[in-house]
Amino acid sequence: MSARDLDERPLQFMGDLSHLEDHGHSHRSLTWWGMMGLICVEATALGLAVVAYLYLSTHEQQWPPAYLLPDPGWGTAFTVIVLLSFVPNMLLDKRAQQEKLGPVRLWIVVMTVIGFILVVIRYFEFRSMHVAWSDSAYGSAVIVLLGLHTVHLVTDLYDSIVLVVLMFTRHGDTGRRYVDVAENAIYWNFVIYVWVPIYVVLYFVPRWL
Amino acid sequence: MHSVLQALGVHAQHIELVWHTMLWVCGFMYLLVIAFLIHAIWRRRGDSDAEAPRRMSVALAGWIGLMVLGLFGLTLTSFLTDRALVHAASEPQVTLKITGYQWWWEIEYTNPDPSRQVRTANEIHLPVGAQVLAELGSNDVIHSLWVPSLNGKRDLIPGRPTEISLQPLRIGRYRGQCAEFCGLQHAKMALEVVVESQQDYDAWYERQLAAAPPASEARAARGQQVFFNTACNLCHAIAGTDAAATVGPDLSHVASRRMLAAGALPNDPEHLRRWLQNPQREKPGNHMPIVSLGRDDLDALIAYLGTLQ
Amino acid sequence: MSAQSPSLDGEWLDESATRQRLEKTWDDAPGLWGALTTLDHKRVGLRYIVTAFGFFGLAGVAAFVMRLQLAHAENDLVGPDLYNQLFTMHGSTMMFLFAVPIMQAVGIYFVPLMVGTRAISFPRLLAFSYWIYLFGGLLLWTAFFLNIGPDAGWFAYVPLSGPQYSPGKRVDIWAQMITYTELSSIAVAVSTIATIFKQRAPGMALNRVPLFVWAILVMSFMVLFAMPSVMIGSSFLIMDRLVGTHFFNPAEGGDALLWQHLFWFFGHPEVYIIFIPALGMVSSIVQTFSRRPVFGYPLMVLSLIATSLFAFGLWVHHMFATGLPRLGNSFYTAASMVIAIPTGIQIFGWIATVWLGKPRFTTPFLFIIGFIVVFVIGGLTGVMLASVPLDLQVHDTYFVVAHFHYVLIGGGVFPLLGAVYYWFPKITGRLLDERLGKLNFWLFFIGFNVTFFPMHYLGLAGMPRRVYTYSSGLGWDGLNLLATGGAVLIAISLLLLAFNIVRSLRSGAAAGANPWDADTLEWATSSPPLSFNFTHIPLVTGSHPLWDSERLHVMRGLRLDERELVLTTVLDAQPDLREPSVPPSIWPFLAAIAVGTMFVTSIFSPWAVIVGAIPIAITLTAWFWPKSAAEEEIEQ
Ligand code: HEA
Ligand code: HEA
Ligand code: HEC
Ligand code: CUA
Ligand SMILES: [Cu+2]
Repeated sequence: MSARDLDERPLQFMGDLSHLEDHGHSHRSLTWWGMMGLICVEATALGLAVVAYLYLSTHEQQWPPAYLLPDPGWGTAFTVIVLLSFVPNMLLDKRAQQEKLGPVRLWIVVMTVIGFILVVIRYFEFRSMHVAWSDSAYGSAVIVLLGLHTVHLVTDLYDSIVLVVLMFTRHGDTGRRYVDVAENAIYWNFVIYVWVPIYVVLYFVPRWL
Repeated sequence: MHSVLQALGVHAQHIELVWHTMLWVCGFMYLLVIAFLIHAIWRRRGDSDAEAPRRMSVALAGWIGLMVLGLFGLTLTSFLTDRALVHAASEPQVTLKITGYQWWWEIEYTNPDPSRQVRTANEIHLPVGAQVLAELGSNDVIHSLWVPSLNGKRDLIPGRPTEISLQPLRIGRYRGQCAEFCGLQHAKMALEVVVESQQDYDAWYERQLAAAPPASEARAARGQQVFFNTACNLCHAIAGTDAAATVGPDLSHVASRRMLAAGALPNDPEHLRRWLQNPQREKPGNHMPIVSLGRDDLDALIAYLGTLQ
Repeated sequence: MSAQSPSLDGEWLDESATRQRLEKTWDDAPGLWGALTTLDHKRVGLRYIVTAFGFFGLAGVAAFVMRLQLAHAENDLVGPDLYNQLFTMHGSTMMFLFAVPIMQAVGIYFVPLMVGTRAISFPRLLAFSYWIYLFGGLLLWTAFFLNIGPDAGWFAYVPLSGPQYSPGKRVDIWAQMITYTELSSIAVAVSTIATIFKQRAPGMALNRVPLFVWAILVMSFMVLFAMPSVMIGSSFLIMDRLVGTHFFNPAEGGDALLWQHLFWFFGHPEVYIIFIPALGMVSSIVQTFSRRPVFGYPLMVLSLIATSLFAFGLWVHHMFATGLPRLGNSFYTAASMVIAIPTGIQIFGWIATVWLGKPRFTTPFLFIIGFIVVFVIGGLTGVMLASVPLDLQVHDTYFVVAHFHYVLIGGGVFPLLGAVYYWFPKITGRLLDERLGKLNFWLFFIGFNVTFFPMHYLGLAGMPRRVYTYSSGLGWDGLNLLATGGAVLIAISLLLLAFNIVRSLRSGAAAGANPWDADTLEWATSSPPLSFNFTHIPLVTGSHPLWDSERLHVMRGLRLDERELVLTTVLDAQPDLREPSVPPSIWPFLAAIAVGTMFVTSIFSPWAVIVGAIPIAITLTAWFWPKSAAEEEIEQ
């Protein structure tokens, strides 16, 4: 402790913090800000991947180069379901903010099931693109764009599964856990929102060009 | 000649003017900053002056005004010069195609008449005063063509044609160099621009059009055989013979060039010998392999290459 | 809970008893276990600082060898292959492993202290980020010593860095090093932003936030938006190299310039990511040693923000020679010019502060004067480079090398060395020697200018950068030798700094809590600070807490037996919540090993990405899993 000099300034107590709550939702919570930071990063990354796709497309005479357009069936099914999932997701968010155990358990399970279904559809979607990443720059851009979104999808699905487990254990009914669930719901919204431009780019840009 | 400050091309002279403007404006701003700093440090400090912060705000407004003015002037200078550069050399009298290779330059003089096209390497000849337009491309990685006394640089990018124009104003030899890092021998990827009178240029051009003279002298004839037997022809072309490969520089008139291997060595029998004995020692990593040759073969080969004027 | 509860801090407990209880809650476990599990932002921050200086030393020695090679024409000290590795290692290390991390690290150490909180946000993420950063740096330098160091330059232009022209693992190592460091710097940025937004001491409204904290905040936001670009770029590159995608392959519809756009969309903001925190350091030091608030605080903050916004609109000025459309280029000229204005305003602001104040010529202050003298030259050559025609001449020459060392060292390293002298007493409790410090300054200042000033002329005289040798007779010999001589002076001055540090650690004068009579909160706690930073959370009633009042205003009522933080509102810093802060954990370290292993092995087989995901998922789950039942019982 030799070099550790304590400040000699006299203290003056000016107020009390003990009455403050120990958790809060949305922007009152620290983790919400962490999540927003990550969403900024990921949105920028996805945005740049889209820009890279468009940039490469301006460089080619034909886009896609081999004239095989992606089949829109699976992609459209995915889009419809992901957009519809907005509703249960908002319900989940609301119930979590109200800290109601029963409904939260219900809706988090529903969201997990939806996530599973979407991953399965995504598998078929990859196949309906009719292109491999090693075929051409077009193929690389398509597969990587779809792949990036899939990474987000799978991450959120995994997070939901962990939360399902937690909600059915004694860790579930605590304020912090509701904050976690609500934040997972926000992240899911992000997964929904970013899909829309990717969908347009993957399926419509080649048709328009 | 190889310097931005020895501007002997139309473009380089325009740019030199920008440089001087920049130097003066920025130099002046720098002096202001330093003067203010020195004064701030060493000024006599009387009792605190309540008015000082307000006066400082006025000074700040002035400073911002000055900066805006200065930067506007510089942007305008830059923009106008850029326009001038576009208009300079808008009616080219000589058109070239320059292709970058690791680590040398292929130069083709384009001409509507295919029989009047010239292909050479690492040395460009231009008539003085002529407007020149060079199309740039690359065979492998990105290179950048830069002849500082004539013009700024332009990249040679695979898959993206670019171009540059030149207009040399004085007779002389100008050094140029690859400016974009392109691998092991980026340092030794130079070229030379020989600016000469129109007559000299025309004479040079005619010589380049001519096929290599048949190797009549005995040693040269032997050298020619060596050239074909030791696989030189797999990479090099010599007009008028069967050698037509484009992996390495065109050697049809190699003896007429002043430098060897993109400026790496002076072109004389002594250095040519060293080059042929071990190109990897003279320019480590370059794409010409070591070809082992007996002493006599080597002498003959050098004699032969010497005839390729 | 009643306000008088003995588990809360307040006037009912005497100070040393309070501290004892806080120590029990906040101190790390002793020994290696504590070192691996610590979440203390000061320990992690210091670790970052020391590691970054280690990399600085390595990169500096690489530069020194380059200077020796260039001392005279046709030198053959090092061949082209090693030389290319040297400048790639030098540039990449300086930018990715030294300059950015060290600026973030100073933020990690001081931001929580300056805003008056007990811990940083997401401390586990922070601990994780350090290990990832360390592994990335070790990967790069191990590869170098195994002679598979990258050799394509710090911006690794394709196609040279692509599968065809750089076979082998060299560029893969480079690209993965980028992935590591970008991941860690994003993690730090997120932690820092949350800390600054939510953990400021009650009363520290945004208009009372110290300029250094502002600078770190702005820089962290730039990290969030700039780093993804290079991560996307380096992922494309590594996929082109390893699994045969064609993003940059012109033969299959790819484009070499796409890489340049992606790289510079990151690369230009990157240089301000280095520069802006340094400006924060300048503000802190100028303020303290002029003994008055920095002139024009709101304008200084706006200038920082403006710089960071403009910074995203100028990347093309690195690509003028690629022959993009002319009109577009002129736009980037104008944008690059505009960015000079906020910087010019700040330069004015600091000089005005000195003018209005009563300066004290300590070593940190000297470094700041050095900063102004040197940086402004670099800034002005930047303005010259912004002009398309002039840039076409000097692009990729030693003129550019001179420019960026003037701004990076002038605008980054000078303030940083000033900051070392300024904050060393806070970190260690001991002062550095002033006489050695001044000698250090003058040697560095002279050595720097002797090394880099001649490079302006060399560039104009036609010397391109990244050449391992040059022929004599081009008029470059003398100035190159001079530059090498200057580098010797720089090396001596830095050895002197090392000596000064070692000596002070052993026998330096005790510093006390506030040796410089500074105004910000880091000086309100002991030197070095205790594990919990402040015994009581400060209450901020003005912009200069330690100048405004003789007493330290504090708040009572935080728990002593639990790690607890106060969260405040974003704008006015009104107390809002008391949130727990997580206890130490080994999982961030293990997760970093899992992630690190996955990245390294992915160079050898793409399957590593799939297989490696499993240990990553396991470690991350364990990391975020709520406390075990046993722990919760102890609480009750
Ligand atoms: C800390 C890092 C840093 C900083 C702050 C800057 C600041 C600036 N830089 Fe620099 N730059 C680099 C680091 C930095 N740069 C690096 C690393 C490279 C090379 C990368 C590589 O190729 O390896 C580079 C390259 C680089 C280029 C590309 C050169 C090329 O490759 O051809 C350009 C071109 O426009 C440029 C411009 C500028 C400008 C306009 C500023 C401005 O922000 C400067 C503003 C400041 C001032 C102007 C001084 C103060 C103002 C006044 C005194 C006001 C009065 C002035 C006037 C009226 C003129 N920089
Ligand atoms: C923050 C960034 C930073 C810093 C601090 C420096 C510091 C230095 N730089 Fe660097 N430099 C870059 C960033 C930086 N550089 C970048 C980005 C490039 C471009 C790379 C590329 O083209 O890809 C570059 C390129 C570059 C080149 C051009 C290479 C080329 O194009 O061929 C040169 C040449 O002289 C050079 C020199 C130096 C020197 C002498 C120092 C000195 O200031 C270093 C001083 C430090 C030390 C010497 C180490 C610490 C001291 C000790 C541990 C004491 C003991 C040491 C000895 C006894 C030797 N640098
Ligand atoms: C595998 C291809 C290859 C073979 C075989 C080869 N060369 Fe070369 N040669 C090159 C390349 C590539 C260069 C350009 C090297 C450089 O400057 O980087 C070159 C350069 C030269 C030059 C200098 C040309 C100039 O314009 O400056 C000469 C002369 C030369 N080769 C002669 C020969 C001879 C004679 C042989 C046979 C003994 C030979 N080469 C075999 C590839 C080859
Ligand atoms: Cu070609 Cu450098
Ligand atoms: Cu820039």
